[in-house]
Amino acid sequence: MSFPLLTATAAVPAIGAIATAAVPAARRTAAKWLALLFSLATLVLAAVVAVRFEAGAKGPFQLTESHSWIRDFGVRYELGVDGIAVALIALTALLIPFVILAGWHDADPLEAPAPNRRWRPTQGFFALILAVEAMVVISFEATDVFLFYLFFEAMLIPMYFLIGGFGDRAGADGEERSAKLRSQAAVKFLLYNLAGGLIMLAAVIGLYAATADQLGSGTFSLTEIVQARADGKLELGTGTERLLFLGFFFAFAVKAPLWPLHTWLPGAMGESTAPVAVLITAVVDKVGTFAMLRFCLQLFPEASSWATPVILVLALISILYGALLAVGQRDIKRLVAYASISHFGFIIMGIFAMTSQGQGGATLYMVNHGISTAALMLVAGFLISRRGSRLIADYGGVQKVAPVLAGTFLVGGLATLSLPGLAPFVSEFLVLVGTFSRYPAVGIVATVGIVLAALYVLVLYQRTMTGPVKAEVRTMPDLKARELAVVAPLIALLLFLGVYPKPLTDLVNPAVDHTLSVVDRHDPRPDVAVKADAEAAK
Amino acid sequence: MSSVASVHSLWTIAAEAPAKIPAPKIEYAQLAPALIVLGAAVVGAVLEAFLPRRSRYHAQLLLSVLALAAGFAAVVGLAAGGFGTTKAKITAMGAIAVDGPALFLQGTILLVALVATFTFAERRLDPAAHGKKVDSFVAQAAAVPGGEAEKAAVKAGFTTTEVFPIALFAVGGMLVFPAANDLLTLFIALEVFSLPLYILCALARRQRLLSQEAAVKYFLLGAFSSAFLLFGIALLYGYAGTVTYSGIARVVSDGAKQIDPALADTMGNDALLLIGAALVLMGLLFKVGAVPFHMWTPDVYQGAPTPVTGFMAAATKVAAFGALLRLLYVVLPGLSWDWRPVMWGVAIVTMLGGAIVAITQTDIKRLLAYSSIAHAGFILAGVIATSKDGISSVLFYLAAYSFVTLGAFAVVTLVRDAGGEATQLAKWAGLGRRSPLTAAVFAVFLLAFAGIPLTSGFTGKFAVFKAAAESGAGWLVVVGVVSSAIAAFFYIRVIVLMFFNEPKADGPTVAVPSPLTMTAIAVGVVVTLVLGLAPQYFLDLAGQAGVFVR
Repeated sequence: MSFPLLTATAAVPAIGAIATAAVPAARRTAAKWLALLFSLATLVLAAVVAVRFEAGAKGPFQLTESHSWIRDFGVRYELGVDGIAVALIALTALLIPFVILAGWHDADPLEAPAPNRRWRPTQGFFALILAVEAMVVISFEATDVFLFYLFFEAMLIPMYFLIGGFGDRAGADGEERSAKLRSQAAVKFLLYNLAGGLIMLAAVIGLYAATADQLGSGTFSLTEIVQARADGKLELGTGTERLLFLGFFFAFAVKAPLWPLHTWLPGAMGESTAPVAVLITAVVDKVGTFAMLRFCLQLFPEASSWATPVILVLALISILYGALLAVGQRDIKRLVAYASISHFGFIIMGIFAMTSQGQGGATLYMVNHGISTAALMLVAGFLISRRGSRLIADYGGVQKVAPVLAGTFLVGGLATLSLPGLAPFVSEFLVLVGTFSRYPAVGIVATVGIVLAALYVLVLYQRTMTGPVKAEVRTMPDLKARELAVVAPLIALLLFLGVYPKPLTDLVNPAVDHTLSVVDRHDPRPDVAVKADAEAAK
Repeated sequence: MSSVASVHSLWTIAAEAPAKIPAPKIEYAQLAPALIVLGAAVVGAVLEAFLPRRSRYHAQLLLSVLALAAGFAAVVGLAAGGFGTTKAKITAMGAIAVDGPALFLQGTILLVALVATFTFAERRLDPAAHGKKVDSFVAQAAAVPGGEAEKAAVKAGFTTTEVFPIALFAVGGMLVFPAANDLLTLFIALEVFSLPLYILCALARRQRLLSQEAAVKYFLLGAFSSAFLLFGIALLYGYAGTVTYSGIARVVSDGAKQIDPALADTMGNDALLLIGAALVLMGLLFKVGAVPFHMWTPDVYQGAPTPVTGFMAAATKVAAFGALLRLLYVVLPGLSWDWRPVMWGVAIVTMLGGAIVAITQTDIKRLLAYSSIAHAGFILAGVIATSKDGISSVLFYLAAYSFVTLGAFAVVTLVRDAGGEATQLAKWAGLGRRSPLTAAVFAVFLLAFAGIPLTSGFTGKFAVFKAAAESGAGWLVVVGVVSSAIAAFFYIRVIVLMFFNEPKADGPTVAVPSPLTMTAIAVGVVVTLVLGLAPQYFLDLAGQAGVFVR
């Protein structure tokens, strides 16, 4: 038996979470280093996964592991990765050390003597981050629907404690009010996602009942179900398939989030600390869009095609609505949150365009959006921690006082608006081209989103960084070494993937082609060439 | 000589050869679990009369633990001997069934009772009264609350060690209840476990009036439901001419073959069957706590001493659902077209009703009471499946749920202020800051109640919903899922309160319990996590146990 690499990649952060939580209350710094160490070990394992993975090899999944788990439910412990999963695992493993480093002081207790020797918020903060990482990684790896569902749901709990338990240092409203807003945001996050998850549970049970009925024994194995559907052994019937698809899609659309199920995101991102906000939008939400590709499309290909028009319209609304509301925001973090809603619109549009460029671009978009949002949000977090306010109006002229901070903020912003030369441009371009080739009208309208992105990013920069230096900003220190260590690698990565995205596209494209072949959709042939062929035939 | 005989023959007839009354043949070994427990209860009552007061507590505790452990060993022995599967049979002249579901439920009840006994025996939480260690039970039950006698009893440091034999009697009844194979045994078992519970409810050391009110309410409503049950039994007897389960089932499916002359007018009359079955079901649904027969639950859960609440919430539910399953699957399968729609309705209103009303609760014990109602609805969804999967999923759910419940109520006993247990939710604010470990453990129980994956609650919920979906009750699953979402809200609210709210200055403290309560809580946590992460062995067990004997 070979070394269970995928299990190890998820188990290391899980062990790290337990170890970090067990550090005694007085040894706070040790807990931080321990968490960082475990996140780096995970990164190494993720790199090994990426190296061992052979893009374009036969079979949908590689590095597979399979063990019997709950026989009565037909549940197996089945792991496996395709190129899309490898890319997202790499993204997750890459971002977590930066999240930990950026949040280094976010959970230090306020008063020097802790109220209780067992009360260990710092240890809890880092342990929860690692727990989320473990659950996200295993949900990228799971090829058993039930296994995926378990961790898809379970990750809500540590996430909920991260949002509700830790916030920015007392804002303008005072500690009590911000604690109240925070716990409201956390509850809203949890209820939305739990409701989505429970509806998915009904669909999961429905899927089991269908397989148990027709295959003799119920199964949750993605490969088995896809195979059985291809062989015609499993006929869901149009109505059932559509209902099940809706059950799954609802959960993923809440998670992603897609308009009109997005309303939990701005609150959750606004009230939590910047590293947690990055964790939400750059890491956890990716599970939603990833699951659309892996589960919605592959389990229910016909229903996916059936629902495409509606989903594309919703994605378009997300793009425009998110961007418009981002323009109108007064709060920096909520602005980034609405920008993310707009970007998730692009990702979902790319997925449901059902072209190889669209889906490849969407996968790339997930990775690039993760990196660019992390860069922008973390710098914004550093800015906010200096002034103690999230309001754009409280800033002005920062670039004169803290030029490095302003410069990195600008690069993060430009990445968010998909400036050519930075990584997000490639993916946004691919998504638009991929969508245009099948749905030209949708592609054209979506382009408006890019213009709005330029508006909200540049206006944000102009209002906070340029202009006369505000009195409260005058003594603002520039980025410290730790903060630079967070931002510099992210910006380097944005530049590298912007100029040379080939390693990523090579990784992703075979998996996308496989998905499309399961859905049985093929790229539309270019119109011009068809006409030319026809003329040549004459 | 002959004239005498002829005279006498006017008003007597010569008896035939003395009728052979068959001596009842009792298979003691197969009834061992209930016999051990009931025997120990009798011994306990005797001990109470003869032992000096100071040694009663230890003697009773030891006796209870030994009896429950021995009973459990007997259940395991019977199961190992194949009585759960191939050798399942009906014993005691057709009164008791020894089969998979009976043994599984008896095992669960005995373990639950064992853990509950630990919480009964906890004597470190309440401050010592006049230098004597006391538990959660009243000093002298007969003393009027607030009266002189009560003061004297408290001063003398009395404790009500009778709770141990009383609880054993209740357990004995509960062991028979799901195994009862005729309606009269069912009724007697019901009374045997209900009466001790009424008494236990009245025995709280603090807030005695509330406790006594709860007991009276429970008794009155319980008596009502018993009357319904008995009336239903009478009607069913009139319909079938017998009270044995298999006899009634035969008449239901094949019609009345041999008409008993005394019942010539009634036998085979469907009206009697339907009304009788409905009344019997009502009696059982009352014990289960299903809407609309749930009214007693919140008051009784709140008023009873918390260890009793935990015991009652866990064990009664197990016993009552066991009896309900047997009744529906053994006696009335031929009638399932009639009862399924009704039970559908009951399950739906129970799930939704419990979940919705729980949202407005401000007392943790009442909240858990409404949550138990919602859970009864989920279990009913599995009962309705009428399949082997339905039986085993309900068995599994009951085992999983009862340990979560026991653990949760054990934690409630720890959170105290000057007035005893601080059960108002508002007082729990900031508990996570003061006692992170206690709050975290309680959060685990709440998440299990909410059915979050990786806990036993999720596995159980998945099992019953899966069984329901496979039997074609897809919409019931959807309702179940929706009410789970509603229920999640109030469990989460408690977590918010504990972890995200600032502790109040005069808030309650968490008492450090003795190893007894700690064991109870630890068992709850371990079972919750094991059944969530590696449930296969227990699912197998429940699966093997999922066949009734007829």
